[in-house]
Amino acid sequence: MLVSVYRYNPEVDDAPYMQDIHIDIPGGKDIMVLDLLQLLKEKDPTLVYRRSCREGVCGSDGMNMNGKNGLACITPLSEVVEGDKLVLRPLPGLPVIRDLVIDMSQFYKQYEKIKPYLINDTPAPAIERLQSPEERAELDGLYECILCACCSTACPSFWWNPDKFVGPSGLLQAYRFLADSRDTATRERLAELDDPFSVFRCHGIMNCVSVCPKGLNPTKAIGKIRNMLIQQAT
Amino acid sequence: MVTTITSFGRSGLYDWMVQRITAVVLLSYTVFMIGYLLFNPDLDYNQWKGLFEGTLMRIFSLLALLSLVAHAWIGMWSVSTDYIKATGARFLFQSVCGLLAFIYVVWGIQILWGI
Repeated sequence: MLVSVYRYNPEVDDAPYMQDIHIDIPGGKDIMVLDLLQLLKEKDPTLVYRRSCREGVCGSDGMNMNGKNGLACITPLSEVVEGDKLVLRPLPGLPVIRDLVIDMSQFYKQYEKIKPYLINDTPAPAIERLQSPEERAELDGLYECILCACCSTACPSFWWNPDKFVGPSGLLQAYRFLADSRDTATRERLAELDDPFSVFRCHGIMNCVSVCPKGLNPTKAIGKIRNMLIQQAT
Repeated sequence: MVTTITSFGRSGLYDWMVQRITAVVLLSYTVFMIGYLLFNPDLDYNQWKGLFEGTLMRIFSLLALLSLVAHAWIGMWSVSTDYIKATGARFLFQSVCGLLAFIYVVWGIQILWGI
């Protein structure tokens, strides 16, 4: 099959280019894109990409495969290859450091902005702060986010304003702490989000939902944040 | 919190709500006008003039005009902050939109009350 990989080494190349590599899949098996990358790296050791757990838990190998963001390690070739061709590019919208590796600083800055930790100003109890099973269930579909950035880099609103729009990933996390019964900073958190950019740059096109490798729904979380803002302000 | 001084209401929630409410007003005005034109195929000038002379119709038309301006401002402001990266060009675009909006309001009132 033909693999077309985005190559850019700022120390050597003037501009990024696509490198076409023909490769035979051993045994014709339906391997994961990450395994394919390993085969490519054996052919050309200068190819650079991030990877770690190789099972969709660490979120390191987010990339754009035939136009759709996803994790290379849990995406089988049969899911993305079209006409025996695969185009691999880095996640779109963020600066490229080298080949498939992007600079995620802006993504993390937005994550930092939403204060991704529990804030509780009541005296700490002798034991843990307990939750009822129902309260705990509120966090399902939110806590599973692995910060791979597939969603935020699939979002045009994040492409145009990565410094102002928190992005689907950050907002999913923002709601994760707004929904937590142990957090007492709801009002302060909402006050930080009530501007025309942070939340409201989301126009609900749901690219984030269609690419999330963990099957999460940031659009739904954003809707819930909006409802909380409305309830507080009307 | 991102500070903005050129957005419609400074608050994202306020702009969002205004956008939705004005959309409902514009939709009902459009549906009403289409319905009126469909049910009056032999419309003549006097009947058309009579429609816009009524106080209720004037209220409805002015409401639709103001809704259009608010709706357009919020939309065009979003477009400008997405696609125009140079501050000077963006501010110029927003100023032209604001001026046009004001012209349309004055012009619209003049037409409505000139009948």
